[in-house]
Amino acid sequence: MRGTHDLGGQPAGPIDRCEHDYEPWEKRIDAMMVLLGEKGVLSVDERRRGIEALGAEAYARLSYYEKWIASAANLLIEKGVFTVDELGRKMAEVEARAAAERAEGNRS
Amino acid sequence: MTARFAVGDRVTVRRADPPGHVRTPYYIRGKTGVVERHCGAFPNPEELAYGRDGLPATPLYRVRFRQREVWPDYAGQEADTVDIEIYEHWLEPV
Repeated sequence: MRGTHDLGGQPAGPIDRCEHDYEPWEKRIDAMMVLLGEKGVLSVDERRRGIEALGAEAYARLSYYEKWIASAANLLIEKGVFTVDELGRKMAEVEARAAAERAEGNRS
Repeated sequence: MTARFAVGDRVTVRRADPPGHVRTPYYIRGKTGVVERHCGAFPNPEELAYGRDGLPATPLYRVRFRQREVWPDYAGQEADTVDIEIYEHWLEPV
């Protein structure tokens, strides 16, 4: 069966050729992936396999760096680098901090 | 590992359809081309993708295909080609 990611030769719409700046979070993900590779924790091949395993719906919906981080999160859980619970708590902490910063910004 | 194919050899891409991480594009499987160059030998990415070492290093070839043979309705020039880098275990002699 053709993989969701294996798009060569499939009908497609026009290509968006607009350049765009990367968001800070995208640059951070890129840097984190380079570090994980250099430290021998996660190879680019594993990360690609993880992206291909996200499923057709997620593959179509997520942006480029969203695919990277979703794949890396799954793989790092598999490898025992962190647990599902640790990741869930950290995400909630970051979301709360971001919400507090937005509220602070609205007041000033 | 010694390279099985020489530059200029005609090779056919295996028409295999395994699950898992595969680097050979779906559209080129079953097509025949000519070895354009040796690219070296590298750990097999289909193994690296699962955290294994991918050894022994596997020869990688750049194979040239005629676009008219790849795409039945190709409307470009007769001489147009597409080059694809393919690992040895995906290739068979013609």
